[in-house]
Amino acid sequence: MAELTNNDVIQLLSEKFSHKISGVNEPYGLLTIETTKDVIIEVLAFLKDNSGTGFSFLTDITAVHYPETNHIAVVYHLHNMARRLRIRVKVFISEHTPTIPTATVLWNGANWMERETYDFFGVKFEGHPDLRRILNMDELNVHPMLKQYPLEDPNRVDKKDEYFGR
Amino acid sequence: MNNQPVYTDNDPQSELVTLNLGPTHPATHGVFQNVLQLDGERIVSGVSTIGYIHRAFEKIAEHRPFYQITPLTDRLNYCSSPINNMGWHMTVEKLLNIKMPKRVDYLRIIIMELARISDHIICNTIIAQDTGATTTFLYLFQFREHIYEIYEEVCGARLTTNIGRIGGFERDFNDIAFAKINKFLKEFPVALKEFESLLNRNRIFIDRTAGVACVSVEDALSYSWTGPLLRAAGVDYDVRVSEPYSSYEDFEFEVPVGTSGDIYDRYLVRNEEMWQSVSLIEQAMEKIKHEPAGVFHADVPDFYLPAKEEVYNNMEALIYHFKIVMGEIDAPKAEVYHAVEGGNGELGFYLINDGGRTPYRLHFRRPSFINYSMYAHMSEGMLLSDAIINMSSMNIIAGELDA
Repeated sequence: MAELTNNDVIQLLSEKFSHKISGVNEPYGLLTIETTKDVIIEVLAFLKDNSGTGFSFLTDITAVHYPETNHIAVVYHLHNMARRLRIRVKVFISEHTPTIPTATVLWNGANWMERETYDFFGVKFEGHPDLRRILNMDELNVHPMLKQYPLEDPNRVDKKDEYFGR
Repeated sequence: MNNQPVYTDNDPQSELVTLNLGPTHPATHGVFQNVLQLDGERIVSGVSTIGYIHRAFEKIAEHRPFYQITPLTDRLNYCSSPINNMGWHMTVEKLLNIKMPKRVDYLRIIIMELARISDHIICNTIIAQDTGATTTFLYLFQFREHIYEIYEEVCGARLTTNIGRIGGFERDFNDIAFAKINKFLKEFPVALKEFESLLNRNRIFIDRTAGVACVSVEDALSYSWTGPLLRAAGVDYDVRVSEPYSSYEDFEFEVPVGTSGDIYDRYLVRNEEMWQSVSLIEQAMEKIKHEPAGVFHADVPDFYLPAKEEVYNNMEALIYHFKIVMGEIDAPKAEVYHAVEGGNGELGFYLINDGGRTPYRLHFRRPSFINYSMYAHMSEGMLLSDAIINMSSMNIIAGELDA
């Protein structure tokens, strides 16, 4: 099987979704792209089913909160096992309206990954068959991985960065 | 309220029974609950509830310097903590672009493969135990103790090992450790062979496991299964081969695959992996002889803690010591994903560093969590006793499930 490189994937993606793909980067060799939430399922489906890309395996779904820009990034890791290539797809969504279409239409494994992301970041995956908390208790009324929730008593002073010259 | 079975029959004369399997049931080997709707002994529907030992590791990790995250990884899959430790060290080393000397890589392979054996011992003996074969359980389980003795010699701990450091090991393996590894390599194959001869062709065992809980390749891939479960279904995906880390590319080993994904195949795959691990440890012990002795860490003073006598007698070492302990290392602002082949599958670390003292975000891709998501679905239509051994054969470790 011919080797698949990051450049091949970038080319295929930009032919299909030219203006919707941005932020192409290769940190430590792992191709990373950004896209928007209106085409995310199309992009994932293209990456999954197109024979040229073949990222048919969903490794992981998670999210990252960026309070400075009021964004939550939903991060998908896909894997082409046969040709040993990974890709990371990011979608930045507003933290005030954190909604994104569900990937359960493509992979069954997305079910629990999205439940976990919802539980910790409050990202609402539209169309998810069973979107409820998974690790935290149902009565919890916050999404604890958002950066505004401190780990411990915020009044502690022995761990403040300013005391360490930062 | 939410944890009710999908199928509920409101007919007062219904014959269906609701059974709470767990959260603390001896047959589940961990703290997780399944609410099952039973028709006689057959499961009609089920709902898995997890999170009973959720400890918010990802949140804690955002407040800890890199080296303080290693003890958190111990507590993911606590049956093979060294693999988690090494996976985390290698993730940070990838971020910092540190290259390990070959001897360190080989020492790591020894300790990781021992951990894999101990993980598979637990899983396979417990399958046997749950099918009623207590002898095999007691017989092979003592070798987990021998592996823990080796850990003890290397790092002082047994279960939550915290082995190694970013940049290598905290100390070299001593002679007793090597002697114990050699003793293990001599004795374990004998016991494993006997274990196999007790079970592999055992009519009762085969009747209980073969053809039970078959999983197709499509289902396994769609549910993002990895590790022995995916290989039992017939996909030869192994991170050690697909993306070699820690010099696995220098070694000769085979990746066993099954055909039907049933419990018997999973058992056979894990057994064969133990043989491969033994061979990997033997090869590593041989290769170490050709490497310069006494090398147990990379030469990276910025990131690797200096020896204590250096710290007390040398200003520069003291500064490095202080900086590293306070988490003041100059790590590049970057994001990195690193995966290792854990006992249960692809254990991934997704690390985003913003240049601060702690990770900006750290996500663990935990194979038990992802593998377990199919459990309730695959239990439908299964006998309760089969569902129990199905859970054993998936080797769901509560610590890795909940993180």
